[in-house]
Amino acid sequence: MENLISLAVKAIFVENLALSFFLGMCTFIAVSKKITTAIGLGISVMIVQSITVPANNLILTYLLKPGALSWAGFPDVDLTFLGLISYIGVIAALVQILEMILDKYFPPLYNALGIFLPLITVNCAILGGSLFMVERDYNFSEALTYGVSSGFGWALAITAMAGVREKLKYSDIPEGLQGLGITFITAGLMAMAFMCFSGVKL
Amino acid sequence: MSQTRKKLLVDPLVDNNPIALQVLGICSALAVTSSLTVAFVMSLAVIAVTGFSSLFISMLRNHIPTSIRIIVQMTIIASLVIVVDQLLKAYAYEISKTLSVFVGLIITNCIVMGRAEAFAMQNKPIDSFVDGIGNGLGYGLLLMCVGVVRELFGSGSLFGIVILNPVGDGGWYVPNGLLLLPPSAFFIIGFLIWGLRVWKKSQVEEPEYKIQAVVDH
Repeated sequence: MENLISLAVKAIFVENLALSFFLGMCTFIAVSKKITTAIGLGISVMIVQSITVPANNLILTYLLKPGALSWAGFPDVDLTFLGLISYIGVIAALVQILEMILDKYFPPLYNALGIFLPLITVNCAILGGSLFMVERDYNFSEALTYGVSSGFGWALAITAMAGVREKLKYSDIPEGLQGLGITFITAGLMAMAFMCFSGVKL
Repeated sequence: MSQTRKKLLVDPLVDNNPIALQVLGICSALAVTSSLTVAFVMSLAVIAVTGFSSLFISMLRNHIPTSIRIIVQMTIIASLVIVVDQLLKAYAYEISKTLSVFVGLIITNCIVMGRAEAFAMQNKPIDSFVDGIGNGLGYGLLLMCVGVVRELFGSGSLFGIVILNPVGDGGWYVPNGLLLLPPSAFFIIGFLIWGLRVWKKSQVEEPEYKIQAVVDH
């Protein structure tokens, strides 16, 4: 249990997907102009991340790993090279299913998150989460914790960023730095602030 | 090479740079630039993937039903990335270890998808290939610029060859450790965009909110 808590804290603050691995940057920069939309996108990423990381973990353990197919009578097969294509397939399929379920059973939520869901398929934070899970050899419970907390960390980062940018538009910025340039520099300063957590050990 | 193709190749380098202007594919641009060798390999990988994915998607463009085009594009891109990943693991194992998840993340690199969707679906294979290579080069160019600054001033070397002799080895240069840390990449790209926009005025964005001059009544 303790190692799961420490994993969660690490994934939210120290190894924040957006600010220390730069994942999901395209959407992070593009959709952080307003706090409300940023929160909507953040929550969608968190939901999708908490589903896809554990799901990909199951795919890896029961289908792709060397020897994983022994239950089907192929103990020598190693399908890890198919990893990338299966993870992205799983992500695309799950996002699609989630979209249909929300549409059918939770229309208000669907209307709020609907526009962000297709975007999420190509959000690197989602695929990145699954790839980190593979690289670090997480088991199922670790994968579940990592999925939830890394999604939360990303949501936190984009919300904070949107907060800063809402205030920033009233400041007097040099011409060429307007828009994209100043956003990058703000993100850099935020990343430095998040690095202060790097000494934290639980 | 005809005029239009040359334009397709050169345009994305400065005038329409995918990273600086279209804000595409920055995720990996920031993470892999602390050493120039790694940035170089990453650029080559992205150039190869964008070029060939545009080529193949363009060849198939008349046979792909529009309703499932995204998943077809994804499959083509993912297969190409798997090939690149396996090649790197076979011939440059050390570098593929440093690149870790970022090779896999080429799949979700918006430049690749963006070119497939915006250009390759409507144009002939050769043009699409050139366009893909051009955008890959634009990405690579920015990556190399950031890489040069970070490695030269962060550890005093380029491609691992010592240029500014660091104090640690009895030299005179005090390496700036901040440049090896993630936040520096944000600053460098921010300043690069600033520089580019001072040079090319047309790329400057309109401010959403203008401070009004105070008028005495």
